[in-house]
Amino acid sequence: MIAFKPLTRLLAVLALTLPMAACGINNAPTLEEAAKAKWADVQNQYQRRADLIPNLVETVKGYATQEKDTLTAVVEARAKATSVKVDASTITDPAKFKEFQEAQNNLSGVLGRLLAITENYPDLKSNANFLALQSQLEGTENRIAVARRDYTQSVQAYNTEVRTFPGMLWAKLFWGAKPMETFSASAEAQSAPKVKF
Amino acid sequence: MRPSRLLSSARLSLPAGLVLAAVLALAVWAQGMTFPDLTGRIVDQAGIITGPARGKIEQKLAEHDAKTSDQVVVATVTSLQGTSVEDYANRLFRHWKLGQAKTNNGVLLLVAPNEKKVRIEVGYGLEGQLTDAVSSMIIQAALVPKFRAGDFAGGIEAAVEAIVSTLQGGTEWQERVKLRASPQDDSYDPVLFILFVFIIIVVFIMLSNANRPRGPGGGMHRKRGGDWIVIGPSSGGWSGGSSWGGGDSGGGFSGGGGDSGGGGASGSW
Repeated sequence: MIAFKPLTRLLAVLALTLPMAACGINNAPTLEEAAKAKWADVQNQYQRRADLIPNLVETVKGYATQEKDTLTAVVEARAKATSVKVDASTITDPAKFKEFQEAQNNLSGVLGRLLAITENYPDLKSNANFLALQSQLEGTENRIAVARRDYTQSVQAYNTEVRTFPGMLWAKLFWGAKPMETFSASAEAQSAPKVKF
Repeated sequence: MRPSRLLSSARLSLPAGLVLAAVLALAVWAQGMTFPDLTGRIVDQAGIITGPARGKIEQKLAEHDAKTSDQVVVATVTSLQGTSVEDYANRLFRHWKLGQAKTNNGVLLLVAPNEKKVRIEVGYGLEGQLTDAVSSMIIQAALVPKFRAGDFAGGIEAAVEAIVSTLQGGTEWQERVKLRASPQDDSYDPVLFILFVFIIIVVFIMLSNANRPRGPGGGMHRKRGGDWIVIGPSSGGWSGGSSWGGGDSGGGFSGGGGDSGGGGASGSW
């Protein structure tokens, strides 16, 4: 019967591919996609922080005019951090990844300094707009920490897969998969700047 | 928690799954963290929620859950186990999987009296209503003053009151922050409601049409119609909150599979 022919062909294809799938041939791409999604989260949260900064700088400027140096440092660090071009390929490029991480860490540092300085300005600290911005910024720093942790975990799973047997075999033969980079500093070094009320 | 979610979503083969599980188990072990069991809407490990306030908080949370399917949980812990309150709250939230899996509508109010830290951890799905700024304002204005006076139960009750009223569309706390965030309460979505009513009407018309012309075969059709009625409300109402059995009693309370990415705010007193 003609109707059976495509069916048998389908069965043959299944018979060939199913054992391959069971051997984990799809693991590397699956884990790669998961890690890329987590990387997109990391990028989003850093972007969110960058978007908050101009507003913060404007608000602080109105109250703390003599802190020009710190404000300029924040603006410059932000410009530098956003000028680092990142995409999905950044995570397999150690040099690029390092550049991204250093620019963001630098921004974290000067931002922390700016928020510490605001302690000296009671008027600023009671400004509703500033308080809202501050809590948003703290929230974003925390989201960055969570996104980085999730990313690191998914990269761990992916790297383990492409560096161990049998995943290594498929990765070399089919996918040409490269190991991914993770953040080197501890999450604590990145955690939200502490502000006492 | 993460390992099980990763495993199930990635659909790994057994050997790779075992390797992954071992790696993640190692990661969890390296963190050396233990979490209390989710025994109800109040998990008072530190034993600071005493008196009549406990019952009132419990009831408030259960009522809110019944209305919206949001899972708001209060936890007190004796120790943060060496990590920050933000980190611990996020891990505990994910361990318990608060909120429904599809809507991620969970909130965790975590109090660590020994470290004098408090955090409101908000699930992805509620970040729009319970923003970081609102969470921060609730901690500063409702909770911290009472905590400073030593009234833990009262502070927690006031914070729960504020969280629940914000989630139900109250704008008091948003106005206090002077944010322009508009409350978006999905449970009052008029489009969904109209759709729901429309589906019910269609089902009724189909039912009455199916029953009228056929005398002897009517029983079977009525049976099929009964099935439609069951499908109608559950797909139209978006409730999906059938993951625990106990309901109000808090007896069989468990997380619905929700996730959080670190939204919310922290404070200390």
